[in-house]
Amino acid sequence: MIINTHLSETAEVLIKSICARYKHDEHELINVLHEVQHHLGYLPEEVQQSIADELNIPVAKVYGVVTFYSFFTMIPKGKYNISICLGTACYVRGGELIVEEFKRRLNIGVGETSTDGLFSLNSIRCVGACGLAPVVSVGDKIYGRVTPQQVRRIIDEYIKIEEELEIAP
Amino acid sequence: MAKNYIFVCGGIGCRALESEQLKKNLQREIILQGLSEEVQLVTTGCFGFCEKGPLVKILPDNTFYVQVAPEDAGELIYQHFIQKQKLERLLYIHPETQQRVTEAGDMDFYKKQFRIALRNCGFIDPENIEEYIARDGYAALAKCLTEMTPDSVIDAVKQSGLRGRGGGGFSTGLKWEITKKSTGNQKYVVCNADEGDPGAFMDRSLLEGDPHSIIEAMTICGYSIGADKGLIYIRAEYPLAIKRLQKALQQAEDAGLLGKNILGTKFNFSIDIRLGAGAFVCGEETALIHSMEGCRGEPTYKPPFPSVEGYLGKPTNVNNVETFANIPVIINKGADWFSNIGTEKSKGTKVFALAGKINNVGLIEVPMGTTLREIIFDIGGGIKDGKKFKAVQTGGPSGGCLGEQFLDTPIDYDNLIEAGSMMGSGGMIVLDEDDCMVSIAKFYLEFTLHESCGKCAPCRIGNKRLHELLDKITKGEGEKEDLKKLRALGTVIKETSLCGLGQSSPNPVLSTMQNFYDEYKAHVFEKTCPAKQCKDLITFTIVEENCTGCTLCFRNCPVEAITGEKGKVHEIHQDLCIRCGICYSKCKFDAILVE
Repeated sequence: MIINTHLSETAEVLIKSICARYKHDEHELINVLHEVQHHLGYLPEEVQQSIADELNIPVAKVYGVVTFYSFFTMIPKGKYNISICLGTACYVRGGELIVEEFKRRLNIGVGETSTDGLFSLNSIRCVGACGLAPVVSVGDKIYGRVTPQQVRRIIDEYIKIEEELEIAP
Repeated sequence: MAKNYIFVCGGIGCRALESEQLKKNLQREIILQGLSEEVQLVTTGCFGFCEKGPLVKILPDNTFYVQVAPEDAGELIYQHFIQKQKLERLLYIHPETQQRVTEAGDMDFYKKQFRIALRNCGFIDPENIEEYIARDGYAALAKCLTEMTPDSVIDAVKQSGLRGRGGGGFSTGLKWEITKKSTGNQKYVVCNADEGDPGAFMDRSLLEGDPHSIIEAMTICGYSIGADKGLIYIRAEYPLAIKRLQKALQQAEDAGLLGKNILGTKFNFSIDIRLGAGAFVCGEETALIHSMEGCRGEPTYKPPFPSVEGYLGKPTNVNNVETFANIPVIINKGADWFSNIGTEKSKGTKVFALAGKINNVGLIEVPMGTTLREIIFDIGGGIKDGKKFKAVQTGGPSGGCLGEQFLDTPIDYDNLIEAGSMMGSGGMIVLDEDDCMVSIAKFYLEFTLHESCGKCAPCRIGNKRLHELLDKITKGEGEKEDLKKLRALGTVIKETSLCGLGQSSPNPVLSTMQNFYDEYKAHVFEKTCPAKQCKDLITFTIVEENCTGCTLCFRNCPVEAITGEKGKVHEIHQDLCIRCGICYSKCKFDAILVE
C-alpha cells in the first residue's frame, strides 16, 4: 500500500472547511474526525497532523483519540466492509463460526483489508437486530440468520457486482 | 368510511427483513386498489416482537400480521380492505393451541407486558411530532413550565421512586436535586445513549421509535435543575436513531417546544447531539463526559460526581435514555400512580432486550417484580428447539449468569445483585443446554479486555490474566490451582478497579463459578466440556450403523475433512477437522457423534 506523505489539496481544503464549521473548537475533535473519515475513508498520519494544526492541539492528542475509539481507522477500509456482529446474542447463535468462515474464504484477519482493496473484515458489537442472529452487514445491507454455508454466497454476490461493473460500458 | 391505518414496523430488525420494500409495495397497492382516501400507511418504531418480523398492524380493528413479506402486499390489501376479511395465513399462530391469533393483546408475548417507556413505540410515526403530541406529547412539559416550580418537579420525580435505568439504579430525583443544588453559572443535562452492551437494543428502539419523549424529558430536567443546554451522547453505530433525533430536534424547535422562550415562557433550552465512536467504557458517566469534551474516553475517580463537576467542569446531570422516557408519564399521571407499579424498592417497569436461545426474541417491558420464569417462558415462549433452559445472562459484561434456581426470583435491582448478577441496562440473553458456561465467561472477558481503556492496572492486567486462565481451562490444560486463582483474582479486580467497568468485569466469571461450578470442574479434572462446545475437548466421529452415506456432511464440510461415497459409510479425518460442528447440525440420521 502506498501512503501519501503529502495531503492532496482537496483533502487539505476539506479538513480546513470542516474544522472551520466547528469553529476550531478542540472539544469538537470527535465530530471532526467522524466527518473527515466519512469523506476520506480513513485517518492517516498526515490527516491527523492537519486536523491538529487546525484545532491548535498537539498531534499526539489527535492520535490518542483516533487509536482509542474502534470506529476510527488508520488503514483504508475495503470497498465492501463486511461487519460480523459478535454481540452476545449472535455469539450464542454461532457468530464466531461466521467470522472464521469469512477469514478463511477471504484469507484476511479481522481488521484487515484484502489486497485487491475489495473487502475488509470487521467484528462489531451488536447492531440491535438480535432477532436475526447471527447478523452480518455489508455496507448498509444486513444479512440475518447467516449460516457458514451462506458466507460464500455473500462474498460471491459482491464479486459478481464488481464483474458486472467491469464489463459495463 | 372511517380512516384505516397500516402501521409497518420500522425497527432495525424488520428493516433487515425488507420492511422498506414491503412499505413501498403496500403504498403501491393502496393506490392501485383505489384505497388512497381511506387507508394511510405509517412507519412506526419497533413493535418489539422482532422474532416474527416484518410486523404489520392495522387500526382501528387492531389486526396484527406477522412475517409479512414484500410479495404479500397485494393480497393483504385486497383481502383486508376490499374483501374485509383477515388474511388468515399471516396471522400469528399460538404455539400451543395452534389457533390463529388476531390481536396483539391476545398474544402471550404482549399479554404480560406493561408499557410506560415504550408507550409510543409502534403506535406513532416517530418522524411526525403531531402524532407524539396527539398522545399527550409535550403535555408534561407544558404542565411543568406553567403549573409547577422546578422544586416540585424534582419532588415528583423523587416521590415516584424512579431509579436510573442505565444500570446503577441511583435515585433519579436525588440526582436531579444534587445537580440543582451544585453551584455553577452553567449546568448541563446529558442523555446517555451510548448503549454498548452486546445484545441490548432498548435505547436504540426507544430513540428510533419515540425520540420526542427523550427531548421532552431532557427539557423538563433542564427546567428543574436550572440548565439551558442539553447534550445527547449517542453511538455512531446507530445512524437511524441519529437521523430521527435530528429530525425530532428540528421539529420541536420549529414548534416552539425547544429553543428560546419555550411555550411562551422565559425558559430557554437547546439540545445538541454528540457522537460516540465505539468505546464501551464511554457508557460510564465520567468517561462519557471526557469523550464529549473531545478526549479519550477514560474514566476518572468519583467524587467529584458529574452532578457537581461534569462537562467542562460544570454541574452535569447524566441520565440514561430509558430513565428519561419515564419522566413525561410520571409528570402526567403523577408520582403515586408510578410508585404503585413495581416492588418496594424498585418502582415502575423495566425494558429488556430478550435474545439468545429463546423463541420470541424481542423488546419487552414488564413491571418490576416480574419473575424470570414469566419473562422467559410466558413472554419469551420458552427455549428454542425444545431444548432445556440452562441460564439467563443479565446485565451484559458487567452482570452474571443465573441458573434454574433463580427462575422464580422477582426481578428488581436488589434481588438481582443479591443473586450475583445485576440489572444493567436490560440485556437478557437466554442460554440453553448447549452453551458452555466457561466459554460464555470467556466470551464476556474477551469483550472486557477489548474495551478496557487501560488506565488502571487491575482492569488492564488483571482481566488479561483472568482471560488467560479461562483460555487454559477451555483448552483442557487447567489445573486445580487455576480455579482458586480465578476466584482470588476476580475478587481483587472487583475491589480495586477505578470505574464501573473494571469493578464489574469479573462478574460473569464469578457468577458462573458460583452457579455452574460443576462445569468448571469437568473442564479441569475430567478434561471434558459437558456442553460439548470447547473445540479442544471434543471430537466428531461417524456412527457407522447410522450413516446412510447420503453425502450431506461431506458436501457441507468447509475444510474437506470428510471423505466417503454415496451409499457408503463416511469418515471424518481428525487431522483436518476444525470442529465447527456443521456436519453434526446437518446430519439427519444421528450419525455424527460428539464426544
